[in-house]
Amino acid sequence: MSNIPEELKYTASHEWVKMNDDGTVSVGLTEHAQELLGDIVFVETPEIETEFAAEEACCVVESVKAASDVYMPISGEIVDTNGELTERPEIINSSPYDDGWIFKIKPSNEDELEGLMDAQSYEDSLED
Amino acid sequence: MSQQTILFDKHVQYGAKIVDFAGWQMPINYGSQMEEHKQVRTDAGMFDVSHMVVLDLEGDKVVDFLKYLLANDVSKVTSASGKALYSCMLNERGGVIDDLIVYYQNDQWFRMVVNAATREKDIAWISKQAETYAVTVKEGTTLAMIAVQGPNAIEKALSVMSDECKQVAGELKRFVGQPCGEWFIGRTGYTGEDGFEIMLPETEAAAFWDKLAAAGVKPIGLGARDTLRLEAGMNLYGTDMDENISPLQAGLGWTIAMADDRDFIGREALAAEKAAGPVMKLVGLVLQGKGVLRGHQKIVADGIGEGEITSGTFSPSMGVAIAMARVPVQVSDRVQVDMRGKLIDAKVVKLPFVREGKICVEA
Repeated sequence: MSNIPEELKYTASHEWVKMNDDGTVSVGLTEHAQELLGDIVFVETPEIETEFAAEEACCVVESVKAASDVYMPISGEIVDTNGELTERPEIINSSPYDDGWIFKIKPSNEDELEGLMDAQSYEDSLED
Repeated sequence: MSQQTILFDKHVQYGAKIVDFAGWQMPINYGSQMEEHKQVRTDAGMFDVSHMVVLDLEGDKVVDFLKYLLANDVSKVTSASGKALYSCMLNERGGVIDDLIVYYQNDQWFRMVVNAATREKDIAWISKQAETYAVTVKEGTTLAMIAVQGPNAIEKALSVMSDECKQVAGELKRFVGQPCGEWFIGRTGYTGEDGFEIMLPETEAAAFWDKLAAAGVKPIGLGARDTLRLEAGMNLYGTDMDENISPLQAGLGWTIAMADDRDFIGREALAAEKAAGPVMKLVGLVLQGKGVLRGHQKIVADGIGEGEITSGTFSPSMGVAIAMARVPVQVSDRVQVDMRGKLIDAKVVKLPFVREGKICVEA
């Protein structure tokens, strides 16, 4: 069974969401998502200061096998991206929840966080 | 109706992720496709290719039959037993029914290996054409096939063969295959590395797989098989060419033997195409930006026309995206690729990209 940390929130499109102390939100791909994609070789991170609506595609992750969009879990502005991914995209495979984070958002409406899945719901969704 | 090869349990045991390929449940990888790719380029890997189809063609007129059936000329290999020939099998329109290898054994017997995905139509076509020549077509249904490839493949494979097969296999020159009892060992492959393709009785396959593993030959899935063959500039049937594409537009002109007046199926169509001048050609591409090239992406050649990527991937050996693309013949050194709506530059190169661990093109 895939690792699904308790403290994170999840989307149906396999992003994880972490609330940071400074009010921003970090986003990455779940362990399950990176397993499906296989070896990741390229990440096109979003431009900082761009605003996206929830569920909008904002970023592309490419593995040897396929290209996959990453979607905004909630609406907001991109405030930071993981520069390490330019040279070492494979850290999404080796450390999806830590080193492999992709971008940070300043939420435009924190209430949207309530609409995301908790670890248990996400795990249940994988079993369907 | 998905089938399993005799090695299916081994794949599961070695941690494979299984996918459906041409109606067969095959390993796509055993963990990391990238690592498997590098294993073959630097050491030795083994592939279960038992889904491929082995045909024995026998009869007094088998040489004449194959001279008519195939676009390449088997006369090139009838000088010595075991010599292998790569060829396309064409329809009357000059389209490719399949690509295949034949191993000459003697004037009454050739062994042929064709693709799994085309099994039924191939056998039907070959059998139909064979009638006039009284050649029998027998499928080797109880054989497994294991390809062992990489710079250390030969040494490691020899170390676990029977004394008899070691003797036979150790003396094989490149592109030659010989039987050894019920086994058949060819010094051929689909990776651009040296190695063997070994046909052996299904009953012995699992034990031989384990012995190879113990000798340090790692199992490699279909994912790495595809990136290896693409780096090696080798076509994949159904992707880079099919029944509506002539070999002249698939980078396979070198396999067409038309120097003499030999009559073969598809010759007229090819001759007409040559006379008119082919419109498209197959080239290699190296992406000059970030991203990964994929099959069916559109090629734009400024002032010339458009083309399409037939096979694309990220090259683990080169660390950049590479592709084979069908483009107008006028294309010379640069094109652009439509990648998700953006036009990105790509350099046109001569295939292969990689041979025997060495990069052959400038990125």
